[in-house]
Amino acid sequence: MRVTRIATLATVAALSLTVAACGGGDSDGDGGDTGADSKEFAAGSTMERLNQAQKIIIGTKFDQPGFGLKGLDGKPAGFDVEIGKALATELGIPEDKIEYIETPSAVREEVIEQGKADIVIATYTINDKRKERIDFAGPYYVAGQHIMVRADDTSITGPDSFKAGDKKVCSVQGSTPAETIKTYLANEGQQLVVFDVYQKCADALASGQVDAVTTDNVILLGFVARNEGKFKLAGEKFTDEPYGIGLKKGDTAFRTFINDALEKFYGDGTYEKAWKDTAGKFDENTPTGPAINRY
Amino acid sequence: MSVLVEHFDVFVGGFWLTFQLCVLAAIGALILGTIVAVMRISPVPPLRWIGTAYVTVFRNCPLTIVFFFAAFGLPALGSNADFLRIPGLSSIFSRLGIDLPYFRFAIIALSVYTAAFVCEAIRSGINAVPPGQAEAARAIGLTFSQNLRLVVLPQAWKSAIVPLGSVIIAMIKNSALAGFFGLTGDLSNSAQNLTSAGGEPIIPVFIGIGIGYLIMTVPFGLFLDRVERRRAVAAR
Repeated sequence: MRVTRIATLATVAALSLTVAACGGGDSDGDGGDTGADSKEFAAGSTMERLNQAQKIIIGTKFDQPGFGLKGLDGKPAGFDVEIGKALATELGIPEDKIEYIETPSAVREEVIEQGKADIVIATYTINDKRKERIDFAGPYYVAGQHIMVRADDTSITGPDSFKAGDKKVCSVQGSTPAETIKTYLANEGQQLVVFDVYQKCADALASGQVDAVTTDNVILLGFVARNEGKFKLAGEKFTDEPYGIGLKKGDTAFRTFINDALEKFYGDGTYEKAWKDTAGKFDENTPTGPAINRY
Repeated sequence: MSVLVEHFDVFVGGFWLTFQLCVLAAIGALILGTIVAVMRISPVPPLRWIGTAYVTVFRNCPLTIVFFFAAFGLPALGSNADFLRIPGLSSIFSRLGIDLPYFRFAIIALSVYTAAFVCEAIRSGINAVPPGQAEAARAIGLTFSQNLRLVVLPQAWKSAIVPLGSVIIAMIKNSALAGFFGLTGDLSNSAQNLTSAGGEPIIPVFIGIGIGYLIMTVPFGLFLDRVERRRAVAAR
């Protein structure tokens, strides 16, 4: 699914200014309240270092509506960003001391390894290959392949709706979602269209050449948001992609700290509020925080 | 190079679909191109203007633009190119009859674009027919269409064979663009799938795809050489 994401960055980059405003000013008061000095961390830990420096660098995406999108005001906004803000608060760092750097999919491991970012929260799927280079806290969200249909369509309820062979679906060339959906199709030649970017799929869906578009729900949410009232997501996601928070390999204390913080966010409503202020604007199914994997 | 063996079926499937596309688009381009050529030399000025405008527009537009308007402009106008779902033809070329219109859109884009070049190739052939032929035909009382049908076009075709061949070969190569405008499973689209999602090495895959196109174009070129040689002998 990496390929998908790289291939669609350009498309997604153009996406809505409508969501740019999301999540911006909602948690203003939370930041400095606890005060930097009231936090106590183990000596020599990453937490103490960050708290002392009163600064944290967070890598995120600048082109992922709903999760991390940098709008015209120059501040990234989205669910990933909200999680980052909450973590900074836990570290006793005020919101305005967070520095965001852009981490497109291809460079995320490098950014962590070279210490350019303290943590990376960037629709970052946890997998074993990446675990060889960095460590993951979380997951804090489980994304997955989903189906987008026209808003008035009730005939498609999930990938199984394609098994009858009369529904047509669009995805992007050479992407994992395109391969995955093939297993649900009765006749590939009759049912599958692939373009080079998702925008073309959305056009084909709008004009009725296809009945559905499929890829990661995160990308689809962007299209739903931009084309208000035109599209919707159908059914449930049918693959799992656990999103984690990337940090330097071997920093177990920091990882445990983030994991504990995430569990706290699940419980105290921070998580739910973060979702509702951002991605929840186009997907009202507020996720329950997935179980933390303390590997 | 093992990818060529392991995914042989993918290459064959891609080749077959591209081949079908090329045959149908070539037929369309030859018919449409001949019509436009006739319009360009017709005695009726408005027809001449239409013919000239057609050639000017499509010869000078990038094929990508033409493809774009076929794949996204036609649906916007409410057409799925269903007129191409010709019953008999659809049973041979199975992609033609199915609900997904992108195979038909690709045929339209390629035909319409190539027709402009076909028209000019035929016009060059017509220009190569000695004027005395047409004058003699007029002198014995043939109408314009009889003149064209019986005297000029048969001779024009002959001298247009070689330029027409180049035009069709260019069209076969241009057909690779169809894979980027919604046609699933043709040669270029198969290459994309194998390298991106399939994780296959790029170079052997593209060698395989290249071979696929060569299988279509090289024999066609050799055939044209033969035709030309025979024509030269006949003319002597």
